Amino acid sequence: MALEAGDRLDKESRMRALLAMVKIRLAEEEIQNLFMANLVRGTTHLAIGQEACSAGVALALCEGDSVTCTYRGHGHALALGMSLRALMAEMMGKESGACRGRGGSMHMTDKSIGLLGANAIVGAQLPIAMGAALTAQVKGTGAIAVTFFGDGAANIGLFHESLNMASVWKLPVLFICENNLYGEYSPIRETTPIDDIADRAGAYAMPGVIVDGQDVEAVQAATAAAAARARNGEGPALLELKTYRYGGHSRSDTGPYRKPGELAHWQERDPIDMLAARMYSDGELDQEEFLEIKDALAQEVFAAVEWAKAEPFPPPQSLADYVYASD
Amino acid sequence: MRRMTYRQAVTEAIAAEMRRDDSVVFFGEDVAKPGGVFKVTPGIYEEFGPVRVRDTPISEQAIIGTALGAAITGLRPIAELMFADFIPVAMDQIVNQVAKYRFMSGGQFTVPLTIRASQGGGGGFGTQHSQCAESWLMNFPGLKLAVPATPADMYGLLRAAIRDDDPVIVLEHKSLYNLVGDVDLEAAPGELGKAEIVRPGQDLTLVATQQMLHRALEAAESLAEDGISPEVIDLRTLVPLDGETILRSVQGTSRLLIVEEAPRLGGWGANVAALVADEGLFHLDAPIKRVNMENALIAYSPALEDEIIPNARKIEEAVRQLLSET
Repeated sequence: MALEAGDRLDKESRMRALLAMVKIRLAEEEIQNLFMANLVRGTTHLAIGQEACSAGVALALCEGDSVTCTYRGHGHALALGMSLRALMAEMMGKESGACRGRGGSMHMTDKSIGLLGANAIVGAQLPIAMGAALTAQVKGTGAIAVTFFGDGAANIGLFHESLNMASVWKLPVLFICENNLYGEYSPIRETTPIDDIADRAGAYAMPGVIVDGQDVEAVQAATAAAAARARNGEGPALLELKTYRYGGHSRSDTGPYRKPGELAHWQERDPIDMLAARMYSDGELDQEEFLEIKDALAQEVFAAVEWAKAEPFPPPQSLADYVYASD
Repeated sequence: MRRMTYRQAVTEAIAAEMRRDDSVVFFGEDVAKPGGVFKVTPGIYEEFGPVRVRDTPISEQAIIGTALGAAITGLRPIAELMFADFIPVAMDQIVNQVAKYRFMSGGQFTVPLTIRASQGGGGGFGTQHSQCAESWLMNFPGLKLAVPATPADMYGLLRAAIRDDDPVIVLEHKSLYNLVGDVDLEAAPGELGKAEIVRPGQDLTLVATQQMLHRALEAAESLAEDGISPEVIDLRTLVPLDGETILRSVQGTSRLLIVEEAPRLGGWGANVAALVADEGLFHLDAPIKRVNMENALIAYSPALEDEIIPNARKIEEAVRQLLSET
């Protein structure tokens, strides 16, 4: 989808998008370091390269909207406004983490910013967002819900159930597919017989929109248009953001299955560089300012990490807390 | 007090809670305009309208996931899965999502969600429409599980489930839908986790639920003619389990027979047996025994279905056998 001149963001919004994307990138790089230092357990899934997807969608949402997302969810959480401290403490399993250390990397959740949860079961988050949309519809709040998922999730049965039921009920929900070309280790062309996931929208009588997922302004514009439609009672939409993850699927994957040159090709359209270049040419940013921004955010990330390292783990005797409402 | 069927008690409970609380919504396959495949929910759609009462596509995972999302954002949904045999179709949503959502978020959410399904054998529905589901669902902390056996308990426990801030699965036994009983429509909701001594006795404790409870009572009636007096306990909820009532009864009777409509391996009765072995072994004068479906499946043929599901005669025989061992 070509970006119209009218879809350009104002300087303030561009700056917000830039800050969000840089923060996500720096936080993800630091999380990788924490893994190497054995301060983060299990596995993690980084969104480096996909920052424009979460930042662009977040810019189009309003207070009261709800989001569910994938286990590649640190970026979504930060874009929506999760504090770096809450994120880093959760990564390390600390009591002061977003989920009090119970969730970890794959379950970033922050009710206060509308993030209903990242999910570690591929595609399970789709109907959960529909439930939030149902609440908005029943109560007439005008809010919408958004659910992020990957290209891999477009092949699970629940994808079909969800888009079908959301369309029948005209739920105010946006299905946002971040197509990063790989479902875990397998290229999409080997698992999916079509090039564009957005084509599937037609089967559910909803709009399917292909968006340049590296262009944060295009993502914001497409999301805002679909959101306006949903708020107006016209039902759900499927957005396919064409994007790319620079790293492997998870921390143990270096991505050896990728074609030579593929990563470099995508890095030429890096979402942060693209926005910065646009802001330079429009006189909204200079290189020195950009370096200062990066430096300040890096300091913020390091400070959050140091703070989180010093935070306590949950007390062992609290292991059964939060299983039931009375706990 | 009103005479009504177990089926009507479901309708009355849903209607009462929907009148009381605007945040209660109800959806499932064929529940709204058709009023349910077992005619359990007639009139609900007409009274509460298409925003709060909805028919869904045949999409069990989407039904449960949507209900979960609604529950964590301010509604109090009742989701129906029609046959409990369809629970496995939605198993990920039930066990990985619904059961764990509060925990994984570190307590940010409560999940006031009720899942209803009809279960059990005896109706000739064949292998995939006759199972009891409770034992499948007991290994997932975060869920509660109610198995009402009478119209009054259905009315009380279903309302308790809807008002509860945790996810509660309420299983309705198909063979009990026409059972008639007195229901106090003004009564307070039931209490989840509270068993009831339905028939006091001295010689042994019979623990059962739903259809098996009624067969255990039938057996007790027949045994009474020979001067044998079983104490019959209706568990009513399996999670939480009222161990206290079971242990107190066993302390008085010294013998325990558990009657389950389920295969033996991994059945809920094994947990009751383990509880009594752990905490009540020295009350016992005889080994703990279980009557159940062994490790076989429910066939379509009435000759086979009637044989596999424990009946009053088999329960009676097991009681006599148990008493003869001491």
